[in-house]
Amino acid sequence: MPTKIEKDSVTGTETTGHEWDGIKELNTPLPKWWIYTFYVTIAASLVYYVLYPSIPLVSSYTKGLLGYDQREDVARSIEVAQAQQAPMVSRIRTATLEQIRADGALNAFAMTGGRIAFNNNCAGCHQAGGAGAKGYPNLADDDWLWGGAPDAISGTIRHGVRSADPDTRQNPMPRFGLDGMLKRSEIEDAADYVLSLSGAKHNEAAAKRGEPIYAEQCVACHGEKGIGNPELGAPRLNDPIWLYGGDRASVIESISNSRAGMMPAWAGRLDDATIKMLTLYVHGLGGGQ
Amino acid sequence: MRFSHAIFEKNAVMLTAAVLLTVAVGGLVEIVPLFTIETTIERVSGVRPYSPLELMGRNIYVREGCYLCHSQQIRPMRDEVERYGPYSLAAESIYDHPFQWGSKRTGPDLARVGGRYSNEWHVLHMVDPRAVVPESIMPSYPFLADRKLETKAIEKHLKANRVVGVPYSDEMIAEARADLEAQANPQSDTEALMKRYPKAVVADFDGNPAKLTEMDALIAYLQVLGTMVDFTEVKPADVKQ
Repeated sequence: MPTKIEKDSVTGTETTGHEWDGIKELNTPLPKWWIYTFYVTIAASLVYYVLYPSIPLVSSYTKGLLGYDQREDVARSIEVAQAQQAPMVSRIRTATLEQIRADGALNAFAMTGGRIAFNNNCAGCHQAGGAGAKGYPNLADDDWLWGGAPDAISGTIRHGVRSADPDTRQNPMPRFGLDGMLKRSEIEDAADYVLSLSGAKHNEAAAKRGEPIYAEQCVACHGEKGIGNPELGAPRLNDPIWLYGGDRASVIESISNSRAGMMPAWAGRLDDATIKMLTLYVHGLGGGQ
Repeated sequence: MRFSHAIFEKNAVMLTAAVLLTVAVGGLVEIVPLFTIETTIERVSGVRPYSPLELMGRNIYVREGCYLCHSQQIRPMRDEVERYGPYSLAAESIYDHPFQWGSKRTGPDLARVGGRYSNEWHVLHMVDPRAVVPESIMPSYPFLADRKLETKAIEKHLKANRVVGVPYSDEMIAEARADLEAQANPQSDTEALMKRYPKAVVADFDGNPAKLTEMDALIAYLQVLGTMVDFTEVKPADVKQ
């Protein structure tokens, strides 16, 4: 306990009264401005207690005079933002693709909204700018699995590919090797024929042998000469664009084991206007039809 | 008589008792109302206990310390709701022991990551995050695809959760192993599984049907995150606090 508070002769300040082996401690007071600011903050906190939800009671809590509610607040701020965007968004909902493209301000709005939605939701797989990666289609070229017209793009975004959506795009390619539908040599011959369609390096004799196999097993979906069929999601095989690699080993693997990339359905997650803006953005990446 | 502080400074028992009393008051005031205030947990439907495979995945999530970089808590703010989806509800973590809200976002929030990416994407991303997200600084977890999922104690995991309040039924515990295996095998009969655990995603998550790996479990867990409550049916009054 402080017992011997005395004035220090050098500084004129009082000591704390503690003494340790002759060493004493000065009790320099905090500056007045600091003390008063501190008291003001305490008073301000009491004001917050009154204005905002604060003290928990037994079965409820004090609601505060302002009636503030964080969940109402976020709902309101979203409403305000939607109201600000409403003139543009409602026009986007009704306008056709050409109309939006022709209107500079509307087009800029839709492309910005589409780009933001794309970067947040799509770029994880399709990469920034729709550059794509192995197994994830490039969206900036004119090679489309399920069609590159606006309606086709929007349908793919809405329902996904092999997703849980009942209207999902779906096209099971048989696993010719795994399920024993073709012999290994037949698969290799078919692969050489497929490679010949795009003029890639291939074995001429094997491709000749593969042609009837292709005509029997593959042509129904991939079409004559591998032109593909976006109605069925069957990839074009006569161009040098490959989703899973265009070397002989990769093509053989595709025929043997099939490929089944999956894209989630976005209809429940994104609203209609956002999907439309996304469609515009993807369509405008370079390959839109 | 003037109050003397010396009684605490000179008597360890008194000091301990006083500290305990002080902390207890703080705890009671902060914690007790959470049990008695009716609006703490929102009235939404759809939240169910984790399926056995998801629960094992959750254990791996905790083991690998995913929560150190990923939060599972979308705050009620416009920017978060626009990026991640509806803000998280307390009701959605009701069967989390312990909850994985986290407090740091080096990576993105995962509260609604379920269904956002394909299973193949998750496998690629775990094996090498840079393969799909070039700017990612997440560590790689390729070993998850090699390590066999340890399922010996699956019933015990469910029982332990039941002790702390998760309503696993006797049937759920008895069928835990069958449910766990069925969820990772799309060829299996999943009717009973789906009845016990609605909205469970059934798939060969890691693309390797020969082996049930830790990757299978972790992806099953990630794919269910934030998908249990159907927010198109939630009315503002349901989440009013």
